[in-house]
Amino acid sequence: MSSLSLAVRDSSTMLRRNLLHARRYPSLTLNLLLTPIMLLLLFVYVFGGTMSAGIGGGTPDRSAYIAYVVPGLLLMTIGSTVIGTAVSVCNDMTEGIMARFRTMAIHRPSVLVGHVVGSVLQSVASVLLVGAVALAIGFRSKDATALKWLAAFGLLVLFALALTWIAVGMGLISPNAEAAGNNAMPLILLPLLSSAFTPIHSMPGWFQPIAQYQPFTPTIETLRGLLLGTAIGHNGWLAVAWCVGLALLGYFWSTSTFNRDPK
Amino acid sequence: MTNLAIAANGLRKSYDDKVVLDGVDLAVPEGTIFSLLGPNGAGKTTAVKILSTLVSADPGTGDIHIGGHDLAADPQAVRAAIGVTGQFSAVDGLITGEENMLLMADLHHLSRSEGRRTAAELLERFDLVEAAGKPASSYSGGMKRRLDIAMTLVGNPRIIFLDEPTTGLDPRSRHTMWQIIRELVREGVTVFLTTQYLEEADQLADRIAVLNDGRIAAEGTADQLKRLVPGGHVRLRFADPAAYRNAALALRGATRDDKALALQIPSDGSQRDLRAILDRLDTAAVEADELTVHTPDLDDVFFALTGGADIPNQPKENAR
Repeated sequence: MSSLSLAVRDSSTMLRRNLLHARRYPSLTLNLLLTPIMLLLLFVYVFGGTMSAGIGGGTPDRSAYIAYVVPGLLLMTIGSTVIGTAVSVCNDMTEGIMARFRTMAIHRPSVLVGHVVGSVLQSVASVLLVGAVALAIGFRSKDATALKWLAAFGLLVLFALALTWIAVGMGLISPNAEAAGNNAMPLILLPLLSSAFTPIHSMPGWFQPIAQYQPFTPTIETLRGLLLGTAIGHNGWLAVAWCVGLALLGYFWSTSTFNRDPK
Repeated sequence: MTNLAIAANGLRKSYDDKVVLDGVDLAVPEGTIFSLLGPNGAGKTTAVKILSTLVSADPGTGDIHIGGHDLAADPQAVRAAIGVTGQFSAVDGLITGEENMLLMADLHHLSRSEGRRTAAELLERFDLVEAAGKPASSYSGGMKRRLDIAMTLVGNPRIIFLDEPTTGLDPRSRHTMWQIIRELVREGVTVFLTTQYLEEADQLADRIAVLNDGRIAAEGTADQLKRLVPGGHVRLRFADPAAYRNAALALRGATRDDKALALQIPSDGSQRDLRAILDRLDTAAVEADELTVHTPDLDDVFFALTGGADIPNQPKENAR
């Protein structure tokens, strides 16, 4: 068997194993899904009046604010899902079966690839679910063609892939599940420091460049551009560069950590 | 060299400043059971981890060949030849026993039907058919160990490492495990077994190496090891105090146990030695009520070798 088909076959076996775990024990996935849905409802119905008045120059407009927060919350959904990835990778490494995998003639990275593909699929499912809730409470796109919807979906998948590889690395270096959850926490907190909930120009001047160029903001602005017709500018390239860069960084970090001798 | 399943020279491993293996040589012929015996912390598990490619040996270790493959140069070829059942059960507790077996079949690239057949056969052979649909985390210790070995056998490995396979098992499960190991060797498999139970090594192993403080303290068959330590004797017990006194006079050099009316005479247990003792008793016209021959068992060997006591007659080749 060629090394590529070996890699594909072993990775899909590992993916089946991870999906089986997720299906048998859905509580972690469901718990993590609650956070973005609650935040969506909280920001729209509790903070929405005040926040939209601030953005819209004094006139509260809840439905405009729904459109504003949804792109950021979709990314937060991905951040929340990959916290689960970090925890389950960390748990998996402490399982006895990992020693067995390491002493078998299988494609080694398939253990990680299985986690990554499984987690990206879970992220996509979660994004679709949160997106459905957003549609239900009144989110509507402006002049978005099918191609733009597709591009937005592609960007979300790419973003999920990037965050997942980083989360896998965090899971691998964490000694236990609690530490893995804590280490991955910035992935769900970072959206608060972006343009997800408030515009960048409302933040202190010294902080604006940080908020402007961290990975979430360009991705959020690109999603807004695709779905709501705002200007994308250089944010599109920035977003793709961030995603590819983080995915590569996470991949090399994770595989080199995994290839080290286990404790 | 060609008929050695496992050949390792100067195995070395330290963790931080602690030397775990300090130059261990191992040679296991194909189709035999080799037992690495030692107290907790002697380095048995580390040896298995290195030989099974799980962790790397320290620089300064000599060549290691497993199934004819160079471990450093071609670890994947080694992995294809071996099966490992570690000290902590290497099963996926979140999925069922059958799913664990099918996972192994997939990773060994068996076809779907072949995988199902192999899984069913092994579940049957290891008495796990009834539990096959339950999550492996709900299994008892013995069942987990059986599932563990069944998973190891899916790839039909020629060399199997078993790291303390019976630790924590009840006597019945232990005997089942011994039976399984004997069957494996009948099929021509080489077994590398670590254990802290002397009886287990005595029962199963063709050759035994006693590992202590990261070094091989002695190596040989169970009988060869037993001959390394003194402690063989003949014990005579009497019911009649007068007979006991007469016997003690006839057998000078015997250790007396006046309370039990028993005499203990150093002996190698040979026929000639026994006859000499009996002849002297005949001459003195006394008859013992009970005669027992004690040969040293592996316990004596183990404690002598791992307790720092001097070992007489240690063969030269093991004295490194």
